[in-house]
Amino acid sequence: MAAFLDMGGYAAFVWPAWILSAVVVASIAMTSVRRLKSLERELAEVENGRGERP
Amino acid sequence: MNWHRYASPANFKRLSDRLMPWTAGGAAVFLAIGVWTGLFASPADYQQGETVRIMYVHVPAAWMSMFVYANLAVAGAAALVWRHPLAEVAGRAIAPVGAAFTFLCLVTGSLWGKPMWGTWWVWDARLTSVLILFFVYLAYMALNSAFDEPERGARASAVLALVGAINLPIIKFSVDWWNTLHQPASITRLDAPAVDPSMLVPLFAMAVGFTFFFLAVALVRIRAELLERRLEALRHARVAGSTIVERA
Repeated sequence: MAAFLDMGGYAAFVWPAWILSAVVVASIAMTSVRRLKSLERELAEVENGRGERP
Repeated sequence: MNWHRYASPANFKRLSDRLMPWTAGGAAVFLAIGVWTGLFASPADYQQGETVRIMYVHVPAAWMSMFVYANLAVAGAAALVWRHPLAEVAGRAIAPVGAAFTFLCLVTGSLWGKPMWGTWWVWDARLTSVLILFFVYLAYMALNSAFDEPERGARASAVLALVGAINLPIIKFSVDWWNTLHQPASITRLDAPAVDPSMLVPLFAMAVGFTFFFLAVALVRIRAELLERRLEALRHARVAGSTIVERA
């Protein structure tokens, strides 16, 4: 396990590359889905005639 | 302009509902295979050691940066020629995703360059042209939202997307046209790839996973853009309606 984490001495380069990729991909997915959900809610409110939120 | 009829959010919603399980599922499956084979079930390189594992995120991210841009250019052309609102909305929806992949490509490349080349960055043709691609994405996003009417922003940024497409062949062939520190193509060659099959599996799994991920996220983001425009239109209609009522 320690050897795996060490990445043959290149841990400082391999892990940031993979972790940054995971973070970027996950945050694109999360922000995109969250924005869609909030727009769906907002639209439902406007269409139901309850108008704008204050 | 009555764009609702053409872009038809209801139709797009049906389409994206049908495609979503396949695109999101495909992304999950292929990225899982890519992570597993890329980090655990593939050998270290005989020259590069474990740093070769950076390739499995760097190269697919680089491919995506260009693939998304090609989509952006096609959407731009469709927006200009047919004035199709879905094309306008698609460009706006996917540009930040392309910018993110380009950013990943640049940073992971830098992280790979330091141990293997001895430098984080060098102004060679490949690296510089990809940096320009990143700036073109940013310019596209800025221009797209620089106008009060979304149609004007869409048209201006569509022109930029088409002009910027000249950068794609420059990036692709930069390693052949100029002497670069960056290596030439080792996968997309006329003869067989110069990479061992044990390393091609994680490379392609990540690339296919990123592609499915891009499609799934594009569906979500296009839907959000369509809702946003519909919301805007409803609010305008409501404001106009209430003004008439007040006057009466």
